[in-house]
Amino acid sequence: MILNNTSEKIGVIGAGSFGSTIANILAEKSEVLIFARDREEFAAIEKAGTSKRGHRFHENVKPVASLEEMAESCRIIFPIVPSANFRSMIQDLSPFLKPYHLLIHGTKGIDIPFPDDIDHEVDRSKVKTMSEVIREETNVVRIGCLAGPNLATEIKDKQPAATVVASKFDEVIVSCKSLLRTPNFQIYGNEDLLGVEWAGILKNAIAIAAGILVGVGYGDNAKALLLTRGMGEMIYLGNALGADAKAFLGLAGIGDLIATCNSKHSRNFTVGYRIAQGEQLEKIIDDMDEVAEGVKTVKVAKLLSDHYEVPAPITQTLYRILFSGLSVEKGIKFLMRYPAEIDADYVDFYRSTTFSR
Amino acid sequence: MFPEVLEKYNKFPLDHTIPDIHEWPINKLTRDKEDLKKEVISRVIDSLEKKIKTQKELLDLLERMLYQERIRLTQIPWKADKPTEKQFWARIKAEVIQFSKEIDELEPPDIRNNPIVNDILDRYINEILGTFEPQTYRFARSIVPLLFALLLNARLKPRGKRRKSIYEKIKIYGDVELVRELSKKGTLVFTPTHFSNLDSLVIGWVIETMGLPGFNYGAGLNLFGIRLFAFFMERLGAYRLDRRKKNVLYLETLKNYSTAAIEKGAHTLFFPGGTRSRSGAIESNIKLGLLGTAMDAQLHNFKNTDKKWKNKIFVVPVVLNYHFVLEAPALINSYLERKGKERFLVENDEFSTSIKFIKFILKFLTHGSEMSVSIAPPLDIFGNKVDIDGNSVDSKNKLIDIRHYFVSGREVTDDKQRDSVYTKMLGDKIIESYRKYNIIYNSQLLAFIAFQLIQKRHHELDLFALMRLPQEDCVIPFQEFKQSLIKLRAVLIEWEKERKLQLSTEFLMELDEFIDHGIKHLGMYHAIPTLIRNIDGDIEAGDMKVLFYYHNRLSGYDFEQYV
Repeated sequence: MILNNTSEKIGVIGAGSFGSTIANILAEKSEVLIFARDREEFAAIEKAGTSKRGHRFHENVKPVASLEEMAESCRIIFPIVPSANFRSMIQDLSPFLKPYHLLIHGTKGIDIPFPDDIDHEVDRSKVKTMSEVIREETNVVRIGCLAGPNLATEIKDKQPAATVVASKFDEVIVSCKSLLRTPNFQIYGNEDLLGVEWAGILKNAIAIAAGILVGVGYGDNAKALLLTRGMGEMIYLGNALGADAKAFLGLAGIGDLIATCNSKHSRNFTVGYRIAQGEQLEKIIDDMDEVAEGVKTVKVAKLLSDHYEVPAPITQTLYRILFSGLSVEKGIKFLMRYPAEIDADYVDFYRSTTFSR
Repeated sequence: MFPEVLEKYNKFPLDHTIPDIHEWPINKLTRDKEDLKKEVISRVIDSLEKKIKTQKELLDLLERMLYQERIRLTQIPWKADKPTEKQFWARIKAEVIQFSKEIDELEPPDIRNNPIVNDILDRYINEILGTFEPQTYRFARSIVPLLFALLLNARLKPRGKRRKSIYEKIKIYGDVELVRELSKKGTLVFTPTHFSNLDSLVIGWVIETMGLPGFNYGAGLNLFGIRLFAFFMERLGAYRLDRRKKNVLYLETLKNYSTAAIEKGAHTLFFPGGTRSRSGAIESNIKLGLLGTAMDAQLHNFKNTDKKWKNKIFVVPVVLNYHFVLEAPALINSYLERKGKERFLVENDEFSTSIKFIKFILKFLTHGSEMSVSIAPPLDIFGNKVDIDGNSVDSKNKLIDIRHYFVSGREVTDDKQRDSVYTKMLGDKIIESYRKYNIIYNSQLLAFIAFQLIQKRHHELDLFALMRLPQEDCVIPFQEFKQSLIKLRAVLIEWEKERKLQLSTEFLMELDEFIDHGIKHLGMYHAIPTLIRNIDGDIEAGDMKVLFYYHNRLSGYDFEQYV
C-alpha cells in the first residue's frame, strides 16, 4: 500500500474550482491527469495550462482527452463534479474501471432519481450519496471522499487548511495522506464514509440559512444560534438516514459548517445572502458559474424530515423561503417563536446511539 | 418461487461429479494430514512472530491463556474433553513457571523453537483435525437417506394416498447444475442458515444428493461427546470447534487450519451465523472469523505460484426452511432469557448423550414434515455473481479479474484491514442472499400476521408481558385476520415478482385452503398447537413464545407496516 509518488499518475475528473484546487495540490508530488467534459476546457488547459475561468494549473497537471485514457493511466482517481452530473459521469467511466482502482470523490451533494421534480415522497432508499453511486455503477470498492472546510480560494493562496479523507479502507486514507499532504494542507482520516458524506451534504442547507441571516444584517449572536441549532438538526436528520453522529462533530460537520457559514467564498452562503437582498432564486442560480449544492439539499432534506418525522424547523423554514414564497422576515420570526428545546441534547443522543449498538 | 428455479427443478439424486471417493479433495487432505499439521503450526508461529516482539510479551500471552484454559477446565468441562486435559495443563503450568524464571524480558523470543508453544499448538491441531474415511462415508451415505426416508415417511398415510418420496419431502431448489460445475473448477464454501441441530444432517444429505464430493466442516466439540455422532463425524471429515476456547493460540490454529484446507481445495461448510438462530429470525449478523479464512485462502492462492493451489473460491449461501423446528420452544426461551437479562449463561447441551440424541431423532421420525433447501446462486469471495465457467461478473455484467481486488500498485499485497472490509462486504452479500432466496411458507406468514395483530391490540405491553398474555387475550377475530392476510399476501406476491424473496408453492392455493394448510403445518408437532381456529372460528395463539419464534422468520423485511 505504499505509493511511489514519483512514477504514479493521479487522475482528477472535473475542472471546477475544487477539482482544480485538488489537482494543483496533487501536482506538488505527482503527475496529474485532469479530465474535463467540456472540449473547450480541454483545449484551454492543453494550450495555456489555465482553465476557462482563469484557474492556473501547476505544470504537472496535464489534460486527458477521454475517461478511458484516464482509467488506463491512473489507479487513483478523484472524481469532483457536481452531484447532478455525477452519476452519468460515473456511468461513462465505469466500463474502464477495475477493482484495483481507488476512487476518492469530493462532491458534497446527493443523487436522486428525479432531480427536476422533487416533490415525490422521498425515503433513504431513493437518496444516494456519491460513494453509493460509485458502488452501484462500478465494480470499484475502495472508495473514499474528501470533506471538511475546503474553501478553494484560501487553499489556492496556500493558507493553512485541512481536509478529512473518509473511507472504510485504511489503504485509501494512507494513500490520500501521502498524495495530498503539504506543509499547508493537513489530512485527517475517518473510517465513517457515510457519516462524513452526510455531514458534508447537510451542512450546505445550514450555510444557505447563514447567508440569509448575514444578508438581512443580523450579527453574531443570531448566527451562533443558527449554527448550534443547525448542527443539532444535521445530527438528527443524519441519524434518521443511518449516519453515525460522530462524524458530524468533526471537520466534515462542525468544521465545514463554521467555514461555509461565515464565508462569502461559499456558494451556498452566497445564495442565502442574495435571497436576503431580495433577489429571485432562479436568477441567482443562473448567475452563478458553479452549482450551489445546498439548494437541492434543502429540498431533499425537507422531504426526508417529513418522511422520517424528524423535527427540522430550520430546514423546513428554509424550504418555504426558497420554494414557496415565505418572506425572509416571516421565516425568521417563525423560527424565533419555535418552542425552545433542551440545549445540546444531541451529545447524549450520540451516546445513547453508540451504546445501544 | 422464481421461474428459473422452478424450471431447473432437478431430478435427484444426481451422479457424483467425482465417482472415485478416493479422489475427493477431502480424502487428499486426510492423506496429507501430517504435512498439513506442520504447515498449520508453522503458519500460526509466523503470525505470532509478527505480534510478539519480546520474551515478556510471550510470557504474558502464555500466562493469560493458561489462566483461561484452567477456568474452562474447572467451570465448563465437557464430556468430549480428553481425559488427559488436566495433566497436560498442569504440565504446561509448571513449564510456564520455569520459563518465567529463565527469561530475559526485553530480548526477542524464539517462538519457533519454544517447546511450550509447540506443545500447545500440537495439542490444539490434533484436537481440531478430522480424518476422512471413505468406508464410513459409504456407510453413512447408505444409511442417511434411509434415516431421512424413515424420518419423513414414517407417519402412516391414509390408504390410497401415494407416499411422497424423500426427494419430494426435502425439496432442493436452485441452480444445482451451476454448483456442480463450479465444484470442478474451484473450491466451494457452503454457508447455510442455522435453525436446527438437524441442519448438519440435512446439509450432508443435500451435498450427497447433489452428487458433490464430501465437505470439510466444523462441528461443535460438544457433539463429539455423543459417541454415535462422534463415530460418524470423525470419519466424515468433520473438524472440531470448541467455542469455549477463545485464546489467541487456539483461534489462530483454527483459522490457519481452515485457511489451509480451503486453499488446498477442500470444499468447506460453515454456519456463518455461528450457532442456531435463537429467535427464529434469519441471520442478520454474520461471524466474520471463519468467513475471513476463505478470504485469506483466496489471497494465498493468488500469491502462491505453485500451480496446483491456483484455486478460485465460490461461496454458496444456502437457506434451510422448516414448517416445524423441533427445538423452537427451547430456542426461543433461551433467546428471551438472553434478551431479558444479559446474564451469563452456561452453554447447555440438549443432546449431551447418545440416548438424548436418539430420542430427538425418534421424535423427528414420528413427527417429520416437509422442508426446503434453497441453494442461492454462487458468489465469488467478493460477493460478485459467477458464471458457469467460474468467471466473476460485476453488477453491470462485465467480466472481472478478482485478483485485482488484492492489487495495490501493481502487485497482490497483504493488507489485513482491507481484507476485513472485504469479508464484511461478503457477509452483507450472504445476508442479502438469505433474504432473497428464502422460501417463505404460508405457515410463517400466518404466524407473522397473528403475532403482529396481537401485539397491536396490546401495544402498551413490552415483549415479555406479551409472552405472558392470558389465553383469552390471544384471540383475533377471523375477519380481521383474513383482511390483514389478504393485504400482506398481495405484498409478498408483489415482492416475489420484484425478486426480493421467494414464496412456497402453497401461495398458489385458494385463500381458505392456504389458511387451513398453514395453520395445520405451523409448528405442527409441538405439544401445544401454535395457532388454532377456535370454536367461534377465530384465530387463537396456543403458545405466544413459539408463535413469536415462527413470526420472526419474516422479520427484517419491514412487513410490520402492512399489518
